[in-house]
Amino acid sequence: MSKTRPEKKKWDVSDIQKWGPGRHEKGATIPESGNAQDYKTGGWRSERPRRDREKCNDCMICFFACPDSSIRVENDKMVDIDLDHCKGCGICAQVCPRDAIEMMNEIKACKLEEK
Amino acid sequence: MARKAITGNGAIALALKQVEPDVMAAYPITPQTEIAQNYAQFVADGAVKTEYIPVESEHSAMSAAIGSCAAGARTFTATSSQGFALMWEMLFIAASLRLPLTMPVITRALSGPINIHCDHSDSMGGRDCGWIQLYGEGAQEGYDNAIQAFRIAEHMEVRLPVMTMIDGFIISGAIGPVETLEDDEVKKFVGEYTTLNPLLNVANPVTVGAFDSLGGWYFEHKVAQNRAMDNAMKVIEEVGKDFGSLSGREYSHFKTHMIEDAEIVLVAIGSAAGNVKTMVDTLRAEGKKVGMLKVRTFRPFPYEQIRQALSNACVIGVMDRSDSYGAQGGPLFTEISAAMFGGETRPKMFNFIYGLGGRDIFPDDIRGAVETLEQAAAGEQVSQTRHYLNVREG
Ligand code: SF4
Ligand code: SF4
Repeated sequence: MSKTRPEKKKWDVSDIQKWGPGRHEKGATIPESGNAQDYKTGGWRSERPRRDREKCNDCMICFFACPDSSIRVENDKMVDIDLDHCKGCGICAQVCPRDAIEMMNEIKACKLEEK
Repeated sequence: MARKAITGNGAIALALKQVEPDVMAAYPITPQTEIAQNYAQFVADGAVKTEYIPVESEHSAMSAAIGSCAAGARTFTATSSQGFALMWEMLFIAASLRLPLTMPVITRALSGPINIHCDHSDSMGGRDCGWIQLYGEGAQEGYDNAIQAFRIAEHMEVRLPVMTMIDGFIISGAIGPVETLEDDEVKKFVGEYTTLNPLLNVANPVTVGAFDSLGGWYFEHKVAQNRAMDNAMKVIEEVGKDFGSLSGREYSHFKTHMIEDAEIVLVAIGSAAGNVKTMVDTLRAEGKKVGMLKVRTFRPFPYEQIRQALSNACVIGVMDRSDSYGAQGGPLFTEISAAMFGGETRPKMFNFIYGLGGRDIFPDDIRGAVETLEQAAAGEQVSQTRHYLNVREG
């Protein structure tokens, strides 16, 4: 027989950048679910997918194919790409039957955005 | 309290039966086999409610133990030698996940040449994997340490896995007298198991073993692990005292024998401590100021207390049952030397490596070691730091 420690609080990580050894859960356990979203992995990207709204007919094939759940869908429409998590693998561009997604060099895309 | 004639392995299997953890995941290996075998029999006989996971290797034994412990079950395993080596990568994971596993290690040489007999190459090789290490001298200490290990590992300020060693064959296979506790006394002593962030608690889903790399907190987690070792230093003593009030056998980090006025002190670990103690008594009867310190806790290493205890010694001989290739000496020697370096006065330090692959150590070997130490004490030049006892030269 075993007992579980009852104390459970909301995991407040607002100042986690300042956490020292004593503040973390033992064994680096993450004591809360559904927080993968907080881990922004978009910075790993070297190629950025860009969708052409004119060509896209919201078939959702890219949505099912994206390994990072980065195709944003609202009301059955493919609204945009979540660039905080998209790693630029290019699968969406490969599978799109309407060639509506184009991969562009990330630096170029950033510069284009700045303009 | 009962007095039984039992093997070292039998005593440890009995201790584990009395604790009756939720899960055992183990693979039999010489000379630990009897523990896995006896415990399997307890399970088959319905004497314990423990879930026994028979695995196909020690890598799996440790993996299954980690999974079980992370799920929220009190878990143990046991191993020796090559099995210990095969667990290697998982040993670090058990410690870094801060899982309170316990594991008797029945020490045995590592190949090659292939050898199944006792030395400390296995457990000493694993001294930096993050586990607490307690070394026992005989079957009694094996039994007592196996019980205390649960309390130490599960302490909320520690939460680290604990391995408890006895010497393969010499202790594990030899029958001797062991004072055992009653089942309910043992259960009461270890107490109810308290889980921490268990995987099987669906009300509070958790992630165990997440990725934490550059820009993360790996470094902070490692520091936390070492601070838990610092906490263990105190907890091991507390548990040892409590165990003393229950059984009459109190434990600390080490034991000394006639060191107060000793000029020469031998430091030993494991079963050879008995031989050393006998030789110390013989030499005392001859008027020689010799003493002994027997190490029990090797991780965390009680360096301050040992330095204090050895502060009057002029010459120290450290006896290692494993070598450290290319190092200045065996693991116990380098540890004791480092401890003494922080003191005001530094004694002369010598290392005696003995018993590799089960080679016997005789009273005369220990006497010979003391003679070397006496030469150093008399100011004579002793050319070597590291000596091998009972080895064939030529
Ligand atoms: S590039 Fe890869 S990760 Fe990014 S949206 Fe397309 S499929 Fe998803
Ligand atoms: S696969 Fe192409 S057409 Fe279909 S939703 Fe995605 S971008 Fe639009």
